Amino acid sequence: MSLLEFARGPALQWSITIFIVGVLWRLLGVFLLRSKKDLSEPRNRAAWKGLRLIGLRSWPRREFLEGTAFGEVMGYAFHVGFLVSLFFFTPHVLFFADVAKGLLGTDLTGLIGIGWPTLPNGIITFLSAVSIAALVAVLVHRIVSPVKRLISNFDDYFSWFVTVAPLATGMAAFAHLGGYPYERLLAFHLVSVELLLVWFPFGKLMHAFTIFAARGSTGMIFERRGASL
Amino acid sequence: MTTTHTRKPEPLEFDKPRVSIAKPEYRFDMQGEMHDAERVERAMKSFVKDFGRTAAIYMESCIHCGMCAEACHFYETTKDPKYTPIWKLEPFKQAYKREYGPFAVVFRALNLKPRVTVEELQRWQELIYDSCTVCGRCSLMCPMGIDIATLVSQARHGMFAAGLIPHELWAVTERARLEGSPLGATPKVFADRLEWLADDHEVEIPIDKDQADVLCTMSSIEIMKYPDSVVATARIMNHLGVDWTFRLDGYEATNFGLLAGNSAAQKQLTMKLIDAAVACGAKTLILPECGHAYTALRWMGANMYGEPLPFKVMHIAEFLAEQVHDGNLRLKRLGKSVTFHDPCQVIRRGGAIEAPREVLKALGAELREMYPGKGTNWCCGGGGGVVANHRADGLRYKTFKLKMEQIEKTGAEMPVTTCANCRQTFDDGQAHFKWDTKMHSLLELVADNLIEDEA
Repeated sequence: MSLLEFARGPALQWSITIFIVGVLWRLLGVFLLRSKKDLSEPRNRAAWKGLRLIGLRSWPRREFLEGTAFGEVMGYAFHVGFLVSLFFFTPHVLFFADVAKGLLGTDLTGLIGIGWPTLPNGIITFLSAVSIAALVAVLVHRIVSPVKRLISNFDDYFSWFVTVAPLATGMAAFAHLGGYPYERLLAFHLVSVELLLVWFPFGKLMHAFTIFAARGSTGMIFERRGASL
Repeated sequence: MTTTHTRKPEPLEFDKPRVSIAKPEYRFDMQGEMHDAERVERAMKSFVKDFGRTAAIYMESCIHCGMCAEACHFYETTKDPKYTPIWKLEPFKQAYKREYGPFAVVFRALNLKPRVTVEELQRWQELIYDSCTVCGRCSLMCPMGIDIATLVSQARHGMFAAGLIPHELWAVTERARLEGSPLGATPKVFADRLEWLADDHEVEIPIDKDQADVLCTMSSIEIMKYPDSVVATARIMNHLGVDWTFRLDGYEATNFGLLAGNSAAQKQLTMKLIDAAVACGAKTLILPECGHAYTALRWMGANMYGEPLPFKVMHIAEFLAEQVHDGNLRLKRLGKSVTFHDPCQVIRRGGAIEAPREVLKALGAELREMYPGKGTNWCCGGGGGVVANHRADGLRYKTFKLKMEQIEKTGAEMPVTTCANCRQTFDDGQAHFKWDTKMHSLLELVADNLIEDEA
């Protein structure tokens, strides 16, 4: 079995399985915990309005912007670059369609009713490069900032690695970098994605899911009290 | 650190700008006799005891971005990374992953998170108690929406159970347990003071009425250091013609149980107020100018009681604002510019953001807001029990400089607040820096400016 066959076959199946089971395990392990009813008289009965914190906290308050602007801008840069490359690069969309067909027996267009849009390769390449540059910048910042260096652990550095690796290997495969055969570069890319999928449920990448629950919970608790959001 | 068993109540000092336990000759920052392993186990068990879904979500969500540091006055004024709010929880995060999280088995089996040691907890005592006022400013900054302040409070439960709280917090909680008041405002002292104040200020102060619509409460800081606030409360209630009373079985709103992390003491102190209000059939219980008293009863009281409270709980500033709004309270114009210091527990975390401002408006004050203000205002540095802790003085004074700068920038003639603990922190900071600006009480300002014939 070649590396590409391994990456496309058992490695892909196992990594997706670990990802799904791991994510569900971690989410259920938290969401199935009890939640005590708050018996205090609410200031605002419509606590659900606090869910707006999910959107509000996407950008810091004016008072906090000065000290956090770098992190915010770089954070957006690598998240947008990563997600756009992931979901709007033509080969990715074809790959998702293939996987969906294998899992669900139908194509994506049939499933969502419209064709999945894609972006020109030039835009994807540019955004991937921006994403990598931003990820390098946040890594340097993590190392040189006394605060971030102190609070960082293995998870931070490894999660950084598994995030940047698919971007780097993807760009290398697209550019046929270093004279390697395309199949090998593609295999590296697939393996790096699988590494990300396997690590995802165990480390801080899970914030992709928990961010909504954390912001939403705080928003509702604070809204109930009329506290500052 | 030295350990201690039960001791006599520690002496208090009243001749200083802040009311506290006298500076101890020897500190006892470790309480009780138990093995190190037992301390750690008790800390972690107690930490996770009340661990519900929300706290677990918080624990799963931190991305170590470090942005919370920018919101913390202890970091802002020292630039020491150890004061990064989320770092103050590090041993507890470690223990959560190892002992309690969904992948605890994996973390334990592979020893990915080492076991927390008692030495770590001892080192963290300073971070959890001396350098956190539980002001919750970091909770407004966290991009994940983690309420870090709530987690610090939960960590304090663990530290208390392990017998690892600062000397002064232990000593005042002991005093509360032994005498009924953390700072010497025992029922006898309170009764004597009320008699003296009533005579001296020629004001009627009802005590222990069997039935009353309103039960008023005070903080021990006011009783012992700012008795004018007691008089102000009586004057305003009488002026409004309210059917009110103080009760000797439930007057002390200060709740050091909450600050120390002693849930049993917190409940005991809370229940005294609830029982007193129920005993006199009060429709409303009014909390004094005290921030954490508001959190303890307004937001946690019913949960301690086990059912919704059969009476309304209001901070005195909310009560005054309601009276202004209803047209019952007419006030003389101050004719001064004021700036309002937002007590964290009343404003940022308590939600009574506009009430004090409405009262200041009724006083005709020209309000000059600080920047940052309202929900993001800087803490005075003395909340969460920090002002009572001698060991934290140097650090607290550093953070106080932020407040001085903020207030001076407004150019206001008079700073006003509605928390006696903030007020004594200002008095202490003022004395330390020989600052010529004195903090004022909103309650006392109202009492001093009542239009008597409008009653």
